[in-house]
Amino acid sequence: MMVIFVVLFVAASIWVENFATLNNMKTLLLQIVQVGIAACAMLFLLATGDFDLSPGAVVALSGVIAAVVTNRTGSVALGFAAGITAGSLVGLLNGVLVAKAGISAMIATLGTQQITRGLTFITSGGKAVGVSNEGFYWIGSYQLFGFLPIPVLVMGCFFAVFGYLLGRTIFGRNSLAIGGNAEAAKLAGINVARTRIIIFTLLGFCAAVAGIILASQMTSGQPNEGLGLELRVIAACVLGGVSLSGGIGTMMGTIVGVLIMGMLQDVMNLLRIETFWQYVVSGAVLLAAVLIDRLKQRRTA
Amino acid sequence: MSGRTGSEYLSFEGIAKSFPGVKALSDVSFGVREGSVHALIGENGAGKSTLLKILSGVYKPDEGTLRLGGNAVSFPNTAAAIDAGVAVIYQELNLVPHMSVAENLFLGHMPNRAGVLDRRELAAKSRELMAGLGLDLRVEEKVGRLPIAERQMVEIAKALSRNAKVIAFDEPTSSLSSREVTALFRIIRRLKEEGRVILYVSHRLEEIFKIADSVTVLRDGRHVETFDALDNVSEPQLVNRMVGRNIEDIYNYSPRPVGEPVLEVKGLQGPGLASPVDLTVRKGEIVGLFGLVGAGRTELLRVIYGVEKPTQGEVHLLGKPVPIRRPSDAIKAGIVLCPEDRKKEGIFPVRSVEENINISARRLFSHLGFQINNAAERRNAEAQVAQLNIRTPSLSQEMRNLSGGNQQKVILGRWLSEDVKAVLLDEPTRGIDVGAKSEIYNIMYGLARDGIGVLTVSSDLPEVLGICDRIVVMRLGRIVASVPRAEATEESILRLALPANSTDSENTKP
Repeated sequence: MMVIFVVLFVAASIWVENFATLNNMKTLLLQIVQVGIAACAMLFLLATGDFDLSPGAVVALSGVIAAVVTNRTGSVALGFAAGITAGSLVGLLNGVLVAKAGISAMIATLGTQQITRGLTFITSGGKAVGVSNEGFYWIGSYQLFGFLPIPVLVMGCFFAVFGYLLGRTIFGRNSLAIGGNAEAAKLAGINVARTRIIIFTLLGFCAAVAGIILASQMTSGQPNEGLGLELRVIAACVLGGVSLSGGIGTMMGTIVGVLIMGMLQDVMNLLRIETFWQYVVSGAVLLAAVLIDRLKQRRTA
Repeated sequence: MSGRTGSEYLSFEGIAKSFPGVKALSDVSFGVREGSVHALIGENGAGKSTLLKILSGVYKPDEGTLRLGGNAVSFPNTAAAIDAGVAVIYQELNLVPHMSVAENLFLGHMPNRAGVLDRRELAAKSRELMAGLGLDLRVEEKVGRLPIAERQMVEIAKALSRNAKVIAFDEPTSSLSSREVTALFRIIRRLKEEGRVILYVSHRLEEIFKIADSVTVLRDGRHVETFDALDNVSEPQLVNRMVGRNIEDIYNYSPRPVGEPVLEVKGLQGPGLASPVDLTVRKGEIVGLFGLVGAGRTELLRVIYGVEKPTQGEVHLLGKPVPIRRPSDAIKAGIVLCPEDRKKEGIFPVRSVEENINISARRLFSHLGFQINNAAERRNAEAQVAQLNIRTPSLSQEMRNLSGGNQQKVILGRWLSEDVKAVLLDEPTRGIDVGAKSEIYNIMYGLARDGIGVLTVSSDLPEVLGICDRIVVMRLGRIVASVPRAEATEESILRLALPANSTDSENTKP
C-alpha cells in the first residue's frame, strides 16, 4: 500500500497543478485531521475484531457541547473538557454494551450513534452554535512556527502515541491477540472485556478531540458535522491493511491509508471534480486498492 | 469378508510430489483391491493427506501414475475425480450447514425439469439414498442442526449419490462416540460388500484392526511397508514402522518420589459439576482425570482455572488458599491450563511462534509493566524452543503452520515461561502423532520431577494407564473414585466411569 501511495503522490505532483505546494500540503493535512485522529483508535478497535458506527456523531456532539459550555461559562478550557468528557462517555457506553451486555458491536454503536446525534441536535437547538470567545479559535487556527497548524500537530502526536501503544506495549499486542482469537486470549490471562471497553472509550475520546478541533476550525459547534465519518475512517484503516475480521493492523499502514484518502480528495478538489463524482471515485479507489492488496497477499501466501 | 479375493482396482505407482522446500511424497506405490478396506497410517507429515489430495484431484503428482480399474488417470481438477467415481470424506466435512440434507446430497446436480428444481424428486431420491445406508434421517432437516456423526453419514450418502467406487475416509472417528463408530463401521462393511474400494486413514490403530483388511505405512513421504493381511500383525509392529522406534518407549514410565500436596481442591462446585469436588495433586505426581464425554472433567479444570465462576469451595496451592475469579488470578498464582481445543482456545493462528510463547509471560519481562522487552522475549522463546524441542523453521513462523504436536509444545512453552506450580492439561495429546506424544509425556514427567503438580484430562485409557501415577474417575459431574496406578486396570476403570446400568463400552470415546 505504501507503494501505491508513493506512486499516486508522484503522479499527482507531476500532473495536477498546485498539488506539490506547501499551501496545498497544509490543506491536505488539515482536511484529514478528523479522519486521522479517529483512525488512531479505530485501528485498535478493528484489531480486536469490533466495529463502531458512532464516531461521526461523537464529533458533532463534542463540538456542540464544547461550544455551548464555553458560551455558558465563558471558559474555553471548561468547554473543551466537557466536550471530551461527553465523547469519552459515549465510547464507554459503547464498550459496556458490547463487552458486558454482549450486544453485537454494529447494532450497539448504531444505537448510540442515533442517540448521540439526537442529543446533539437537542443541545444545539437544531442549528450551529456560534462562539464569540476568541480563545476557542486558537486550536483551529494557530500555526506553530508560522506554518505548522496545531490540528496537524495534534494529529501527528496521536499517530505517534497510538503507534507506540500498538507496536511496543503489551496493551497493543493484547488487542491484536483478542482479534486473532478472543477465547485463547481469555485463557491466556488477558482481560478481554476490560481491554475492549478501554478501546471503545479511547475511540470516543479521539472522536471528541477531533470534534473539538473541528468546532474550533469552524468557530462553532455544528450538529450536522461528521456524517459518514466512521465509514471513511474504517475505509482508511482497511486501505492501510487492517483486517475487518480482527487480529491484523499496523499504525504505519493506517497512516498511509489516511493519507491516500486525503490525497484523493485533495486532488479531486484541485481538479474541480463535482462532489457527487468524488463519491464514485473514492469508492472505486478503495475497492481497487483493497483488491490489489488481496492479490498481492495471495501470491505470497 | 476377507477382502483378499477381489482384483486390484486402485493403485498408486511411484507417486512423488514436492512443494517449495519439502518433498511430501517420494516413490509411493501400493494397490487396493475391490471390495476391501485398506488402511493408510503414518505420523503427521508422513504424506497421507497429500496422497489423498492427489487421489481427489486437488494436486497432480510430479511423478508416477494413479490407476483406476487398470487405466491410468490424471485429474485436472476435483470435479474430474468425482466423475471418475472417487470420493474423499475429510475431517472438515464439505456440507452447507444452512441447507437441508436433500439439498446437500444433490448439490451441483439437483433433479430438475428444464432448470426448475424438482423438489419432490429431490426428496424422494434423498430418502432412497439414506434408506440405502440404513439411516432414518429427515431429509428436510438443516444439516447444521445434525450431530456430527449424522453429518458424516450425509457426506457418505453424498459420495454414493455420485456412484463413488473409491471412497477415502480421512480421520473419520475423531469426533465420534463408540456407538457412532460402530455404526460407521457397519456402513463401511456394507460398502465393502458392494465391491467398493475403501481407503481408511486414521491415527487410531485399534480401529485399523477392527475395520481394515490390509494396511500401508508411510513415513516421511516414503512407503515403508504394506501388509496385505492383518492376521499376524501386531500394534507394536505397526507403531515401529510408523515411527522407527518401539512402543515400550512411547510411554517411558518410571516412578518418582511423591511429596507434599501442591494443588488441593476442596469442596469446589460450579457449572458442570454435580456435587462438591475434592482433589489433591502432590509434588512428583501425575494425576489423570478419566471419564466419559460429559463427565465434567473439562468443566472441573475450567472452574479451577477461573474461566467459570465457582459457586463454592476453594483451591489451595502449597497449603495456602488462592482466590481465583479469572484466569489471570490463576496464572499469577502459578496454576496454568492447556486447553482441550488448541485451535479454538489455545493458539493465535496468525501471530508468530515467538509471540504465542510470550503472550502471557511478557508482563514479567516488560519495561515498567507495559513496554515490550523484545530482547527478553526473544531469549525466552529461544529457550523454550530448545528446551521443548519445538520444530519450527523460525521464531517468526506463523503459529498455524506448525503441526499439532509442535503447537501443543508452544502452549506448554507459554506456561513454562512463568513460575508454574501446577499444570492443568486437557487432552494434551489429542490429534498428535505417536512420536510427538512420547515427547509430551517426557515433558510431563519432567514437570512432575520438578515438583510441579500435573493434572491431566484424557479420554485415551491406555494413555492414562500408561503415564499416570493415580487415576481419578469422574462420572456425571462428580468424582467417583481415585485409583492408584498399581490397582488400575482397563476394566476396573471403565466400570467406574460408566453409568451404573451399562455393562458394555457403548458410551466411551475410543
